[in-house]
Amino acid sequence: MSALIVLALVLVAILAPVLAPRDPYAFNLNERGLPIRMQAPSVAFPLGTDPLGRDVLSRIVYGSRVSLIVGFASVVIGTLLGTVLGLVSGYWEGRPDSVIQRAVDTAMSVPGIVLALAVMSVLGQSLVNIILVIALVIAPGASRVVRGTVLAVKQETFVDAAQALGASPGRVVARHVLPNVFAPILVIATVWLGNAIVIEAALSFLGLGTPPPTPTWGGMLGGEGRRNLETAPHLAIFPGVAISVVVLAFNMLGDALRDLLDPRLRNR
Amino acid sequence: MRTYVTRRLLQGALVLWLVSLLIFSLVRILPGDAVIMQLDQAAAPTPEVLARARQELGLDRSFLDQYRTWIAGAVRGDLGRSLITRRPVTQELLKRINLTAHLAVMSLTIALLIALPVGVFSAVRQDTTGDYVGRLLAILGLSIPDFWLATVVITFLAIWFRWIPPVGFAPLWVDPARCLSQLTIPAVIIGVRLAAVSMRMTRSSLLEVLRQDYIRTARAKGAREGAVIVRHAVKNACIPVVTIIGQQFSVLLGGTVIVEFIFLQPGVGSLMLDAVLLRDYTLIQGAVLFFATVIVVINLLVDVSYAWFDPRLRYR
Repeated sequence: MSALIVLALVLVAILAPVLAPRDPYAFNLNERGLPIRMQAPSVAFPLGTDPLGRDVLSRIVYGSRVSLIVGFASVVIGTLLGTVLGLVSGYWEGRPDSVIQRAVDTAMSVPGIVLALAVMSVLGQSLVNIILVIALVIAPGASRVVRGTVLAVKQETFVDAAQALGASPGRVVARHVLPNVFAPILVIATVWLGNAIVIEAALSFLGLGTPPPTPTWGGMLGGEGRRNLETAPHLAIFPGVAISVVVLAFNMLGDALRDLLDPRLRNR
Repeated sequence: MRTYVTRRLLQGALVLWLVSLLIFSLVRILPGDAVIMQLDQAAAPTPEVLARARQELGLDRSFLDQYRTWIAGAVRGDLGRSLITRRPVTQELLKRINLTAHLAVMSLTIALLIALPVGVFSAVRQDTTGDYVGRLLAILGLSIPDFWLATVVITFLAIWFRWIPPVGFAPLWVDPARCLSQLTIPAVIIGVRLAAVSMRMTRSSLLEVLRQDYIRTARAKGAREGAVIVRHAVKNACIPVVTIIGQQFSVLLGGTVIVEFIFLQPGVGSLMLDAVLLRDYTLIQGAVLFFATVIVVINLLVDVSYAWFDPRLRYR
């Protein structure tokens, strides 16, 4: 079920120009040429319109693109960086481990959203900066997971055998350690996809995310949604539902993958 | 044990020093912005005006010189002056720490009051309807963003009950009724995620413990099921729960930034957000250092608490 929702989200994002009933940037006008402002859900506008007369459904459909791009890109960059750091830290230990772990401690001692806010205030608002900031938040946690797994895998006899046969450290890591680290990385990356979407939405909600007029779920919720809560609650409710459903799907997919890749954890 | 605590204290001090270096370097990547923010936005500043402003803010000195001055002040409790209000950053933080501390403690308490009973129930009644409901609620709690929950809650409270949170903070010991009416709902919203994570960990950890030999021994000796769970299982299942609470405390503090902003509460979180929006770099530095200090202290307390939960650790 969760995989189906994620697949549907990917399809919606890719096929947004086909699926969106209207142009997400267009001000829809009535017969007198005035914007159809903050209309409640109707047949013509299934999720209503915003204060500028734009179709909320179309903006939510297009908003999925930003969420997915930010989610996937930041998780790929963050987990890649975390994996490299975790492998170096766990396999070589010693001084590289101490240096990397203190750097990880440092990054993890600042709340993710606080770190993201501080970095965004310096770098400025753009899609690339949001991706980099979220990757920076993800990498330390990912490196801890990888390091822990590498330390366990290093104790295995097949690693000793490869070393005894004269394999170089790089080869041992690439051929014997990395494949065993893949499962936990996949699980944590899936859960982090949901978290990355929430951080992007939170930054947009606070006015520090993707700049307008690009439709983003957090931006819709924090901008027109929050400003018109009493008169047009649909502006805040629908983007929030979209975020929650997608994050729920990624969390459930993460749980399902964890059960699949480690049957001992099933029903825990 | 003393050696262990001393080592953790030194590590904490090192981490705080690294955070200070990181945040100080970060806000100086674009020092020009800090200067321009000080000047009249309507008129384009001349190079002479910019140079004078940079001199006044001490930004014309070398990076190391600036850092040395700032960190020496920070050690004495002087974090510089806000670039916007010109008031001491420490004073700004102290004015707001009380509210954020109340919010954090209340969120933690609410989260644990929900998580521990539900987690224990879910583990003891594994694979029953109650367990499924508990697990479903936990995954929902993990998935609903706090900023959306806060927005929806405040809307419906305002529309249906004409209730808005009172303005002006009163500590619990001064005016308990006012404090609770002001902070309970924000605290519940912040605590939802921690409750969900802790509930899942309590359940998972307790399931592990309930399969241990000593639990079977306790049952074989005729101990009542309640006593087996409360006296033998729960305490031993607590270490991973405490660990996850320590890790999630950082998320909880992050939640205060957003929830204080939505509920218009004057805490350190909303101060941090204002500082970011106004690019008040000295205030950002101070707020980040504050959050990092709290997390380092919480992690230290978590590590020390392991010895209480598992007495074997005291002798290592």
